[in-house]
Amino acid sequence: MTGQRQKRVIEHNPPRDFKSRFMRWEFLLLALFFGVVIMNANMSPNFLVAHHLFTNINTFLVRGLVALTMTYCLLMGEIDLSVGSIVVFAATTLGIVFNATGSVFLGMVTALVVGGLCGAFNGLILIKFKELHSMIVTLGTMILFRGLAERILGAEATGGMRSVTWFANLFDARIGPVPYFFIFFCALAAAFAFVMHRTTFGRHMFAIGANRTAAEYAGINVSKTRLKVFALSGLICGVSAIMFASWTGSIRSNVGEGYEIEAIAMCVLGGMSTAGGKGSLPGVLIAIFTVGLLQFGMSLMNVNPQTVRIIIGALLIIVVTMQNIRRIIGKKITQVKA
Amino acid sequence: MPEYVLELRGISKLFPGVKALDGVDFQLRAGEIHALMGENGAGKSTLIKIITGVHQPDGGEIYLDGKKVLFKSPRDAGAAGVAAIYQHVTSYPHLSVTENIFMGHEKRKHGLIQWGAMHKEAQALIETLDADFKAIDLMGHLSVAQQQMVEIAKALSTNARIIIMDEPTAALTRNEANRLYEITDKLRDDGAAVIFISHRFEDMYRLASRVTVYRDSRYIWTRDIGDVTDGGLIHAMVGRELNELFPKPEIEAGEEVLRVEELSLSGVFKDISLTARRGEIVGVTGLVGAGRTEVMETLFGLTPPDSGKIHLNGRKVSIYSPSDAMKQGLGMLTEDRQHKGLILDWDIGRNITLPELSRFAKMGVVDENSERTIAKELAERVDTKAKTLFDLASSLSGGNQQKVAVARSLTSKLDVLIMDEPTKGVDVGAKAAIYEIMGELAKQGMAIIMVSSEMPEILGMCDRIYIMCEGRVTGELSRAEANGERILALAMKKAAQQAGQEVSQ
Repeated sequence: MTGQRQKRVIEHNPPRDFKSRFMRWEFLLLALFFGVVIMNANMSPNFLVAHHLFTNINTFLVRGLVALTMTYCLLMGEIDLSVGSIVVFAATTLGIVFNATGSVFLGMVTALVVGGLCGAFNGLILIKFKELHSMIVTLGTMILFRGLAERILGAEATGGMRSVTWFANLFDARIGPVPYFFIFFCALAAAFAFVMHRTTFGRHMFAIGANRTAAEYAGINVSKTRLKVFALSGLICGVSAIMFASWTGSIRSNVGEGYEIEAIAMCVLGGMSTAGGKGSLPGVLIAIFTVGLLQFGMSLMNVNPQTVRIIIGALLIIVVTMQNIRRIIGKKITQVKA
Repeated sequence: MPEYVLELRGISKLFPGVKALDGVDFQLRAGEIHALMGENGAGKSTLIKIITGVHQPDGGEIYLDGKKVLFKSPRDAGAAGVAAIYQHVTSYPHLSVTENIFMGHEKRKHGLIQWGAMHKEAQALIETLDADFKAIDLMGHLSVAQQQMVEIAKALSTNARIIIMDEPTAALTRNEANRLYEITDKLRDDGAAVIFISHRFEDMYRLASRVTVYRDSRYIWTRDIGDVTDGGLIHAMVGRELNELFPKPEIEAGEEVLRVEELSLSGVFKDISLTARRGEIVGVTGLVGAGRTEVMETLFGLTPPDSGKIHLNGRKVSIYSPSDAMKQGLGMLTEDRQHKGLILDWDIGRNITLPELSRFAKMGVVDENSERTIAKELAERVDTKAKTLFDLASSLSGGNQQKVAVARSLTSKLDVLIMDEPTKGVDVGAKAAIYEIMGELAKQGMAIIMVSSEMPEILGMCDRIYIMCEGRVTGELSRAEANGERILALAMKKAAQQAGQEVSQ
């Protein structure tokens, strides 16, 4: 046993374990997704009519946009409750500017700037006062931003921008049955996934979510990263506001209500951990479509909206407990193997 | 009465992919202190977990007072009189000492907790240990040493006959360690059998009557303390001769890279001035609580100073965050690798590359192949005990986690590297490896600042030594001037001066 010890060799090729790959959460979600599609298709002959289907997909993608940035927030162990309020505030300014200047383009720019600034405002508070939790800060701004929109609009609506054809086409225009907006959303989602899983910025978000202190000690600029993510969240809310305006052409102060809850639900269903540091964007993407199509399918079956809520709430609870049960079973399996 | 209170025969334990114990033996006599020695990852912790019922063995037998037993859970082991005191205190900081002592075995009557009786008994236990705190104190307000006393009191409250101490001295000052020795002696005299695990040889020589060594999950030997020598012990633990424990290279110190002038943070440290040159290993030592870590955290941008100047490479710099510090060429290896150093949920590869991730990226996109290649190279250079790069950091022992943390600094292009207690809780073999890396980094022209409480490594590795006491630098010694007594005298200078002043007044 004496003499120089063998230098240890460490394996650096990724393990190829197909079983664990197929046990991944995304695959179970995909099964759920196809389950929903098949159920819908059987229940209603109208479901698979491409034109209807895409019209509906377009409407829930307006909210799906918000789920994309919520993914980043949750990944960093943060939460942004103010998203719905930023949407209504940005949409309101869009309408006001359009009606004042007659330029819907100027309105769009305003919506984006206002959204981004609202998000940056959240971020600045959070990095100036590091002890505050984003849940509290964004709860405050959630009330604040909606209050601003209510103050501006009162009981009135602002709108009329669908009279500008190209603006209405942002939502309406299609290649064949496929809307441009759907293509735009897919491209944006791909970009979000790429940034999250392939870039240093993404890795830094994972690190901050897993252990903020350790990330700071590793030299990651935690404040800058948080500020960027919250500002991005606001910016995407601005995009969502534009799409909402293009879709309905009318903005009231209740626009965007419940977006935050729905986005968080989609993320959690997609496998994001609310504690931060875990999850995948493809998972969230599948979850967005699963929830959206489930809602659509039920509306085709004339299920009333309250019942839809009950079903989606129940589904979320079942899915989240399943994630836990799966983890426990997974542990048991490895123990037995050992 | 059988010869051994506790005997383990041919114990084996398998974890996925790892044989943690391979048919090991262990015998504990009544009324003895028995030192269990071995490198990190040798299987000591697993053995403890088997004795305390946390894990169940896959092979072998456990005899308690000559009778075969099977501990299915920690509760079984506790009922049989086994208690363990861990290196990292596992307490509830927001609860009182009493609550911590009786956690899990509260005194009840008719389902109601008997607070009065519990406080009384807790206070009595604390008094038998001669501890200087009260049963109603909050756990979080106590020092690490005091918290350990609570753990010992907890063991006593369960009437434990077999007490396991897992590196209890790692976080203690010399005086506190001496106190712990006395208490351990007392426990033995009162009839308890103690299993003592420590990387400090002095603990073993001071306390143990017998020593058992494990290496690579196997039993090596058990000897009476009189038959144990440093050389024999190291050979048994490491499996080879260590040429030199402190491989300090002779390096011509280059230009000055770091100059700190009169750095102050009110209530924490005052007028700290120090310098470091390329190729130099500078030691910063002093008693625990002297403010060493706090100074380093200020240099690293974690807490802004009230006044003072920092010059890096001859330029005055302002450092507002660790990312600033690293951009300016100053890095720090934290003492608290579990919470601040590594992301334990991550694999070791990603942990190694995290600080320098942008170096493996083009336009922000990470090239994972080159990242893994480099990570593998670095992990092998520090000899991390891991099978693949995808092993989670949490699956490694403390010493191997430290090696991963050290491996990080090998990728960087830093000018100054601060290492805060780089060998804390690390075994001899890994220590030598870390010293060797320090030497290499110094040779490459890095200036290294080593904060340490361990006298041997301060004397063995440093070119110059700053000694701190109560937030001030009380002395600076060159390698030639330094010896243990002078350092200790300077480390306690402030207290001695004050005592002198009081006398003169």
